[in-house]
Amino acid sequence: MDRFRMIFQYFQSNSESVMNGICGLLALASVKMYSSFDFSCPCLPQYNMAYGLGIMFVPPVILFLCGLILNRQSLVMLEEWRRPQGRRKKDLAVIRYMCSSIMQRAMVAPVVWIIVTLLDGKCLICAFSGSMDPEKFVGFANVSTAQVQQLLAKVPCKDDELLRNSTSRKAVSRYLRCWSQALGWSILLILILAAFLARWLRPCFNQATLLQARHWSNYIDIEQKIFEETCCEHSRLFAHKCILHFFESMRQEIKLHSFSLPREREGAEGEEDLLRGITDQNQVNKLLKMWYCEKPPLDVSQAHQR
Amino acid sequence: MDKFRMIFQFFQSNQESFMNGICGIMALASTQMYSAFDFNCPCLPHYNLAYGLGILLVPPFILFLLGFVLNNNISMLAEEWRRPQGQRGKDPAVLRYMFCSMAQRAMIAPAVWVSVTLLDGKCITCAFCTSVPVDTLGNASHPRLSQGEIQRVLARIPCKEIYNGQQLIANEVAVRYLRCISQALGWCFVLLMTTLAFLVRSLRPCFSQAAFLKSRYWSHYIDIERKLFDETCAEHARSFAKVCIQQFFEGMSTDLVAARCYLPRKASADAGEAAEKLLGITDQGTMNMALKTWHRCKPPLHLHPPALPTGNGWAGEGQPPTHPSTPRRETAAYYSWV
Repeated sequence: MDRFRMIFQYFQSNSESVMNGICGLLALASVKMYSSFDFSCPCLPQYNMAYGLGIMFVPPVILFLCGLILNRQSLVMLEEWRRPQGRRKKDLAVIRYMCSSIMQRAMVAPVVWIIVTLLDGKCLICAFSGSMDPEKFVGFANVSTAQVQQLLAKVPCKDDELLRNSTSRKAVSRYLRCWSQALGWSILLILILAAFLARWLRPCFNQATLLQARHWSNYIDIEQKIFEETCCEHSRLFAHKCILHFFESMRQEIKLHSFSLPREREGAEGEEDLLRGITDQNQVNKLLKMWYCEKPPLDVSQAHQR
Repeated sequence: MDKFRMIFQFFQSNQESFMNGICGIMALASTQMYSAFDFNCPCLPHYNLAYGLGILLVPPFILFLLGFVLNNNISMLAEEWRRPQGQRGKDPAVLRYMFCSMAQRAMIAPAVWVSVTLLDGKCITCAFCTSVPVDTLGNASHPRLSQGEIQRVLARIPCKEIYNGQQLIANEVAVRYLRCISQALGWCFVLLMTTLAFLVRSLRPCFSQAAFLKSRYWSHYIDIERKLFDETCAEHARSFAKVCIQQFFEGMSTDLVAARCYLPRKASADAGEAAEKLLGITDQGTMNMALKTWHRCKPPLHLHPPALPTGNGWAGEGQPPTHPSTPRRETAAYYSWV
């Protein structure tokens, strides 16, 4: 009992820490994914924008879904939301609290990806190089309209033979990168301010409701864990009883069919007890065959009455 | 029993974590395999497609099968599927649950391989380099070549060292184009897989939670029952062996006593346990004979009742002495019944 109590206290206090840990790991994974991903802009007029914006927005969606999948609490919340009312009322405030905490944690990795992308700059350069105004840059001002689109599209590719040492290419690249980094830092600043304000101002509104919601969401989580543990314990005991009854019924069957079984001695040795009356190769073979061909019914109360 | 209980609880609660761990290790292994694999495009018109698509699709299939093989529960599923009904009904929902959970875990490593392959881009570049749209991407002033020649030139795109079609289409342009398509496909594939996983996981509580709890309980039960049965059989085998061997030694010592016609001196009470453990064999010759007999003529797997006649007759339990136990040796032993 003591051991169970320790385990459950661990679960109680660390359920939040486990989730925060997963959240942090996903954020690190997103940074690692970005750095190991080989960004390769197609440098073609129609494809650049699709590629650049795709790389900026599709992985965050994937990371968000991963954040929801890996979080155990999202399942708990869904089950609580969909359960029939029965004899226990449903409290929408608890479900809302759980939902918001899950969403907040799932949003961390996508936001990290977007910020890292913007601070690095490659995506924006790839996506918006074709939308630049050629008049602003000396090298592109005197080129025909058809050609200028092609050239601008090639700006992200440093090794392209046409623009290898072009200063205009470097100018466009720097310009776009500057915008990209400014956007990245601004978004980061806004998000941190928002998080700071939310955390600071929360105690001013509805603190009591918040405490209640948090308590009951913890409760639902723990209740489910304990239920699973109890089911495991129960199925173990059930299996143990079932097997014992099986051996017992085999022994009785043998007693019925063979007359030469000796009566048990008083104070039999411990080993004889463990043999449970099965003392012969044929008997063992028969037992194993019965176990395969005719498993005992899942009813351990019957055997008591036999 | 307490120790067993702790071990089983560990297995039960951690079986899912254990399976997830194997799943994660296989995913890492597939990434490692891909980076260690030396991709070598043949750069020939008809071979490129076969090679590229083969590398994209055959290893995932192997990884999928491996995922099933490495999963211990596959034999449990097969056993439950094939067992005769007997006194216990079969529940197809439990079988479906077990199969689904195994298939989901086995799908992860192949999905990782396909994603990594597509995001890297080499396979698609190799497979589809002959389908690059030369008209839109190629140089305007390219020499007129026959279709076959164009195919041969395009097939060499992945092999930069032997590429000789710079006038037809620049190598970097073609590679960038193919890589862009490949990476777009890769991200779409990952998004699709993640969305499927999310839907499967989140729709379940909405529709069949009760049935799910039932299937999960009984599939765990089947697993635990199998483990406990193996444990019980192992215990039984141990006791069986112990009693069998004990009876063998007793039989040896009794036979020798009968053959030599002298009663063994009863060990004094102080020698106690040690003397009992000697099982009546107290000299080199007897021990050698016992070892030889054990090797040449193992006793049958049939434990006979333990009460042996002594000089004073039966132990007096009222047992009818009409059926002696099966004789184990060919030499008859003479028992005197007083």
